Amino acid sequence: MSVTTQSGSEIESKMTKTTKAPHATAESMATKQRDISVSEFFAKNRHLLGFDNPRKALLTTVKEAVDNSLDACEEAGILPDITVVIEDLQPDRAAAAKSSRYRVTVVDNGPGIVRKQVENVFGRLLFGSKFHRLKMSRGQQGIGISAAGMYGLITTGKPMMIQTRPHAHKQAHHIELAMNTKTNRAEVTVDEETDDFPLQRLRNLTTGTRELATSNEFLSHTQYPTGTSVSIEMEGRYQKGRGSVDEFLELTAIANPHARITLVPPTRESAAEEDDVPLLTKKAKKKDDEEAPKADPNSLPDPNLTKEAPAGPTTTTEVGGVIIFPRGVAELPPETKEIQPHPKGIELGTLLQMLKDFQEASGDSTLYKFLQEQFCRVSPDTASDFCKAIGATSRTKVSDIEPQQAEKLYKEFQEAKLAPPPTDCLAPIGVRQLLAGLLKGVRAEFYAASSREAAVYRGRPFQIEAAIAFGGQLRADDQARVIRFANRVPLLFQQSACSSFKSVTETNWRNYDLQHPRASLPVGPLVIMIHMASVWVPFTSESKEAIADYDEIRKEMKLALMECGRKLGTYLRKRAKMKREGERRDVFQKYIGEIAKAVSAINSVDTKKLYEALLDQARKKTAIADLQLDEDGKAVKEEDPADQEGVIVVASESTMPVPVDSDAPPVGKLSKAEAAALKVAAMAKDDEPTLLDVKPAKRQAAEKTRATKNTATKGGDKPAAKQASAKQTTAKAPPSRSSPAKTATEKPKMRLVNGKLVPVQDGPKLF
Amino acid sequence: MAKKAPAQTPSANNSKHARERDKKTMGKIVGLADDVAKRALGGKEPTIDIPTRTKSNTIWNSKRGILQMGDAVATRELFNLNQAKQFMQTCLHANSIRELIDVEKTLSLRGMFYKGLHTVAGTNGEKTFADQDESDGILEDLEVSMSSLREELHIFAKKRGTMAGNITIVDTGDEIDCRRMGSGGYAIPSICEPDVIQFKKCEAKFVLHVEKDTVWGRFNEDRFWQKHNCILTEGSGQPTRGVRRLLRRLNEELGLPIYCLLDCDPWGHYIYSVIKQGSISLAFESERLAIPDAKFIGIRSKDYKACNLSDDVQIDLTDTDRKRAGEIAAYPWFEKHKGWQKEIAGMLENGFKMEVESLTSKAISYVTEEYVPQRLKDKDWLD
Repeated sequence: MSVTTQSGSEIESKMTKTTKAPHATAESMATKQRDISVSEFFAKNRHLLGFDNPRKALLTTVKEAVDNSLDACEEAGILPDITVVIEDLQPDRAAAAKSSRYRVTVVDNGPGIVRKQVENVFGRLLFGSKFHRLKMSRGQQGIGISAAGMYGLITTGKPMMIQTRPHAHKQAHHIELAMNTKTNRAEVTVDEETDDFPLQRLRNLTTGTRELATSNEFLSHTQYPTGTSVSIEMEGRYQKGRGSVDEFLELTAIANPHARITLVPPTRESAAEEDDVPLLTKKAKKKDDEEAPKADPNSLPDPNLTKEAPAGPTTTTEVGGVIIFPRGVAELPPETKEIQPHPKGIELGTLLQMLKDFQEASGDSTLYKFLQEQFCRVSPDTASDFCKAIGATSRTKVSDIEPQQAEKLYKEFQEAKLAPPPTDCLAPIGVRQLLAGLLKGVRAEFYAASSREAAVYRGRPFQIEAAIAFGGQLRADDQARVIRFANRVPLLFQQSACSSFKSVTETNWRNYDLQHPRASLPVGPLVIMIHMASVWVPFTSESKEAIADYDEIRKEMKLALMECGRKLGTYLRKRAKMKREGERRDVFQKYIGEIAKAVSAINSVDTKKLYEALLDQARKKTAIADLQLDEDGKAVKEEDPADQEGVIVVASESTMPVPVDSDAPPVGKLSKAEAAALKVAAMAKDDEPTLLDVKPAKRQAAEKTRATKNTATKGGDKPAAKQASAKQTTAKAPPSRSSPAKTATEKPKMRLVNGKLVPVQDGPKLF
Repeated sequence: MAKKAPAQTPSANNSKHARERDKKTMGKIVGLADDVAKRALGGKEPTIDIPTRTKSNTIWNSKRGILQMGDAVATRELFNLNQAKQFMQTCLHANSIRELIDVEKTLSLRGMFYKGLHTVAGTNGEKTFADQDESDGILEDLEVSMSSLREELHIFAKKRGTMAGNITIVDTGDEIDCRRMGSGGYAIPSICEPDVIQFKKCEAKFVLHVEKDTVWGRFNEDRFWQKHNCILTEGSGQPTRGVRRLLRRLNEELGLPIYCLLDCDPWGHYIYSVIKQGSISLAFESERLAIPDAKFIGIRSKDYKACNLSDDVQIDLTDTDRKRAGEIAAYPWFEKHKGWQKEIAGMLENGFKMEVESLTSKAISYVTEEYVPQRLKDKDWLD
């Protein structure tokens, strides 16, 4: 009985249960029934927000802060530059300690926050600009960063520290906030003006930060003319591996190639609790580490943000323990538009509330106007039709609408034939950026991406993108790794509950020559990336870890995956063909030397001459076979995976036949891949914006090689020409590492990035 | 008795003959190499033609009573994935043979395997020959493709087979009296060409060839060859080319009839068939190995009853035996031979095999003292 009269809150029900009084009366109960503050509720249910354990708490804090920073930067049209510093405040703790006290500081170069909004932004739950609108953004509810501050306050008692500089030439605000969970309001403990932004203290933190700071690459004033810095002290656990801060930032960098992200991790990891799962680039990172001292400073982003054009494809670098995820593309994602709700996308309750709100806001205007202004895809005709259908006219005031009429209107919405919501509110990552992101973070051999057209679920537009990376340094006998993103935010937990995971398992990967056990992930050296962009991503919980399983969403995901899969299948089949041909050639070449020797011992013909003659035949023989294979299939162009749209192939050494005799290299696949790259580069239009700018000298070099190749082919001596171009491209690669592209002959090795040539600094070895 | 008693000193004749023979072989090898080089330098695919040694390319010459090789030729191509390695091996062995001829030495089949064996240049430990079988096959290919005998290629096989009897021969210049070979007998070499072995003196009237050395031992101990004025040979199962060549020469040059005493089983019948008509894999050698008038004197299927043997000597026919017997019965030279059809049918009817040694169950020397003399006297044999 007592339960039914209550407001369903478990907090209060607990309180009544602990009451010793034998019988509570309605009056005595009423004294205890009161408002619960949202912050109080979440303080007690912090797992709902992603603060289940110390490790996840640390991650969630970083995640919320970084999400906010990225959103803010993009809205202000600034290329994001974000620095994450995690300081270990108890470096002398016992080795076995499972957690420690950390100070997490996230600095961005965003627009900053005006003084009077600071308390609201950081000190209140469910306060934000993003909840009430239908616009694509990372944050949605406005819970994140305040909850992180609250968690810090609960676990350490320390307030949140904020520096923000909204105007480049004015002083920054320094504010310290402690949140009052009872009132859902922040209490300001320190409020002063300061010149210290970004914090000088952080630049002197480690040798690595000092080194970077002296070359103006770490928290310099030029990089951060405006911006916000949030510091939260908290109980946490820093550990690498799956679901770590490192992984989160790495994936964020993949999905946001326009952002530069710097991480200063704590000096030591917490004691391990479970087996560490290696990260995507762990092996590669180690390599970078070894090469770090002699790293080319050119490969680091230029401090000048707007003109940034790195010479090579950007990859993660590490300097003195500081990890830098450099910027891959120097263009912001397109500005997204806010849209009105679609009639099919709202519930009856929402409709009633909207009517009420409109009545108040517009001074009781007409229903016709309401329909026109508050919804998208309602034309004047349809608005009139709706009015008629519920027995009203276009002049009927909103206040005159009876509840039954509203309900009727809701039903009419569901039955009406309406155009789907507009899709210009979505900013997908884009095929080129997806590939750039994957190239940056994953050392593979084959990359493919596809972007679906926008679709609709529950009246809300969304768009699915998928990309896959295959081969290279990825482990062949593991299950494929699925990396998931929603509005460019990586999703790290509850993989199997996510719609994207289901779409991967339901896609038939066997069609694309991959192993695929039933109802599980495919097995192979494969990374699958899925991104959902939407004005409202349907998460399964407040901690935003998995996308709800709507049929419309899963269908789009599967279609995107299938598109990538087809590209991969084509590539794998082509690769198998190439391998077979390579083996054939190998077999012949292997025995030619023996034969030449034996025959010349018998009849004293010139060994070398005979060898050359036989080798020449072997080449012709396999060259002819190549040609036939191409003609057997579809058109030659379609067969070549490098020619497909949205595909990058990084020729790896393993797929190349090893020349038997170093004096006479065979027509290796290297030269073929190079030739393909050059060919596609030649087809690209000049006015197309380049993903990564290839310097003119390099482009000339590319054209020159192509020219020599073409003329030579016409001359009929095809193998020799191919060989020559192979020699040119491979042999000239090493010198370019030290001095990138001074002359045409010093052409660096080129890699194909969506039809554009990009110089590869480290050669295919890296991938 | 010897028709071809050498007038000159054997060695002089020998070396002269050998030189001519080597010159001819060398010409063939160089021809093969020239062909490869010419085609390669002329921009054509190098190939080697090798007559096929399969049943389908074996022709039964009923007029001459021997198996002969047909005209079918397989072209071994360098630029064929399945043949590239064999092509290389053929070239390697051709060169090895060239070297053997140059230094005037011979090698065994196994020796040839080791001669050609090395790691293929530029590979990670791939051997030129996986095993001796591969090497042996290539050597046979070379024999047929150059239509040269193994002996002409300076290659010999393991020696097998024994001889004793009323004959004196000269083997590489050494005079050998086969009447004085003790219990072991004269080991028949793998090369029995006239330049190696000459017949000097022969009183024997016929040759008795038995299947195994155990049976041969019985006959030798009983001095059968002395009593019956003959030559006694054995081939340790299927006779080697050396044994067959020697029997053929005894038959052809000295006019001695060849009588075969073999087991009563499909294997025994097959051995007889090989001695008489030649084999499929060596069809190209039938010309100089087959002995169309060789005779089969036993053991016969009727002997179980005729000799009144005990049940204990029966060895049951297996399914494989029955199948094999059917195949042998279908051989063209047996197919129209009523005696043989009856013989094989008799064996199948009996349902068991009998070895020559089974006669021992009657008496130790039953086979030498009664069985063979009686058959010879009665001219009771199959041919």
